[in-house]
Formats: sequence, structure tokens, C-alpha cells
Amino acid sequence: MADAQTPKSVLLDPIFKNNPVMLQVLGICSALAVTSKLETAIAMAISLTVVTGFSNLFVSMVRNITPSSIRMIVQMVIISSLVIVVDQILKAYAYGISKQLSVFVGLIITNCIVMGRAEAFAMKNPPGISFLDGIGNGLGYSALLIALAFVRELFGAGKLLGYEILPLAKDGGWYEPNGLLLLPPSAFFLIGLFIWALRTWKPEQQEKADFAIAPHTKAQAAH
Amino acid sequence: MEHYISLFVRTVFVENMALAFFLGMCSFIALSKKVETAMGLGIAVIVVQAITVPANNFILNTLLKEGALSWTGIASLSSVDLTFLSFLTFIGVIAAIVQILEMVLDKYFPPLYNALGIFLPLITVNCVIMGGSLFMQQRDYNLPESVVYGVGSGLSWAIAIVILAGVREKLKYSDIPGGLQGLGITFLMVGLMAMAFMSFAGVQL
Repeated sequence: MADAQTPKSVLLDPIFKNNPVMLQVLGICSALAVTSKLETAIAMAISLTVVTGFSNLFVSMVRNITPSSIRMIVQMVIISSLVIVVDQILKAYAYGISKQLSVFVGLIITNCIVMGRAEAFAMKNPPGISFLDGIGNGLGYSALLIALAFVRELFGAGKLLGYEILPLAKDGGWYEPNGLLLLPPSAFFLIGLFIWALRTWKPEQQEKADFAIAPHTKAQAAH
Repeated sequence: MEHYISLFVRTVFVENMALAFFLGMCSFIALSKKVETAMGLGIAVIVVQAITVPANNFILNTLLKEGALSWTGIASLSSVDLTFLSFLTFIGVIAAIVQILEMVLDKYFPPLYNALGIFLPLITVNCVIMGGSLFMQQRDYNLPESVVYGVGSGLSWAIAIVILAGVREKLKYSDIPGGLQGLGITFLMVGLMAMAFMSFAGVQL
């Protein structure tokens, strides 16, 4: 697996070709709750990318001296120590954002992307390329997170990063905000639609149906 | 008593872990293809959640909180604040409890172990469990409240995954556009479910 990988493909593939969230269903746990505002989404994206990158780096550094029976615990300890560092930095320098992210910073520990990459990639590859893989997967997650937050904040509140883009009708402008976009269900709808768009663009990612409909019945069912 | 009932109802319906806080999404989507599997995982989550949240609450209040160590009687310890260690402690406690639970079930309740066994290791990295403990810390629950919260939040997640599995069992017979097949349509379904659960908002007992 490691032979054909160039640093560039390791870094860039996870963004569209092999997006961890959309294709492997990893790490959506915390992806959705922080996306009603662009600001928190960016903070979350940066935190996760940093944690994934460095956890891959450290897990990969100790991979040859870790007994396989306790590797999970070793990974957990590395990841949670990194998350504690990130949490303390956020609390010190961006207290408002850290309040809004609330428990979701802590949940980076159980984010499947971090654990998944440590287990699937960093245990088998040298530190340098593992670090790039971590950053790449973090970026794939960030791309989705920021795209979601962009749509939700722009059309839900008419703002981006707190600046008014679409003047709201209640303040004398023309835009009537869609309040649903600020509520939890909209995140599910948007992510579903993003997946639809991505898979229409790249059909090789489509899943097979469990029960294909026979050609004759299809026309009748449609009418 | 009313306080606890109201907390329970709010945790199960209004603040549903899966549909309002998006916790445990990975296994929520990946393991909801069959009602039977969903039920097994749901029960395992309830059990683990009901044990870990109070356990973490106890550890937080007796060891980690500012001034919590004053029961030792050592003056220099009474002002120590170890809350920054809570992430590491919680995940350690969760991993340990899941492991112990697995061994106890294997020894004393083999049928239950056969039903739940394969789900238990998965639960360590399920965000619902970690999230439950973190919410408990953030909202400053005391021990009885944390028991109610643990059971309620586990139950809320179990209800959501069983409903979703029921829907998906029917959904696999329908004719869905290629790009929406599988993951895409599941997300749209969860969105509709989340909207339905939003109608519980404001329910007070």
C-alpha cells in the first residue's frame, strides 16, 4: 500500500477522491454540531487537522516499539494528550470560540478519523508521510466542515464570520433568512445533498443497491 | 423526584444525543442496516452509558475538581485543580469499564455476551459515551442526576438508531438515484427524523 504513494497524493487525495467523511463515513460525530457558524467551524477544522497530523506523526514514531496488544491504549493516550493541549490553547487565546465549541473539542478524541488514520496508516508507515496523511485527512474533513458552515451561516443568518453579506429583511434589506438552516436537521440534509453531488460528479464512489429493480418494472413504477 | 423525571424526558426526547447533538454518528450510520443489530448496539450503549457517566461523575467530584482533594486532609492538595486532565481520565475510565464489562458478561452471562459481545469494543470510541461524560461535566450534574442522565442519554440514542434501522430496512427496496444510494439517502432520512424529534422541543413535565 505504501509503495505507490507520493507525498502529494497522500496529502491531496483525501480531499475529493477519498474524502474521509463522505466516503468512509468517519468523523461525522462532531462535524455537524459546530457548523451553524463559519467561525466555530474553522476553529474546529484547524484543531482537528492539527490533532490528526500530530497524532499520526507520534503514533508512527513509536510504531516499532509498541506491542500490538496495547496499541489502542497507546493511541488513545497520544490523542487525548494532544486534544488537551489544543483545548488549553483555545481556552487561553480564543475563549469565546472555545465556549461555543463546548464539549466538541473533547470529542475530537473519539473522532473516528483520528483513530482510524492512526490505526490504518500511521501504524504501517514512516513518520514523515504519516504526518502528511494526517494533515490531508484533516483537510478533507475541514473542506466539508467549512463548506457546510458557509452554506448554513450565509443562508441561515445572512452573514459570514459575523459580517453581513445578505441584508436581512427585518433590518430593511431584502433577504428573508431560512431559519431551518440554523437548526440541527439542516446539517443532515446538506451533508446528504453534498454526498449526492460528489457522487454524481465521481460515479465510481456510488454504492450498489441491495435490490436492483428489473428493467421492465421500472417504467411502470414511475408512471 | 419531578426534577429527575423532567430531566429524563428532556434527555430522551428534546436533547436526543443522535438527532440534536449528532453524537455517535459513525456507528449510527454504519450499523443501522438491520433492526436486530441496531437493537443490540442500542442496549449495549444504554448499559455502558448508565455505568460510565456516574463513574466519571464520581471521579470528577472526588479527584479532579478544584478543591475536590480536600477530603485527603493534606492542606497543599486542597486547592489543586486537575480538571484539565478530565479528557484523559474519562477516556481511560470508559475503556477500562468496557473491558471489565466484557469480561464480567463473558463469565457470568454468556447469552448476553453472545448478543452484545461484538458491539462492546466498538463502544469505547463511540462519541455518545464520551459526549455523555463531557456534558455531565459541563452541566455540573450531581451523582443522582448523572445516573438519570446516563440512562436517558443512552436510551435516546438507542431509540434513534432502532427507528432509523426500521426505516432503512424498508428503504432498501426503493428505487433511489445512483448518487444518493446508501449514504446519501440515509442522511436525508436522519434529517427528516431530526425534524420530527424537534417537535418535542419545549415539552416540560
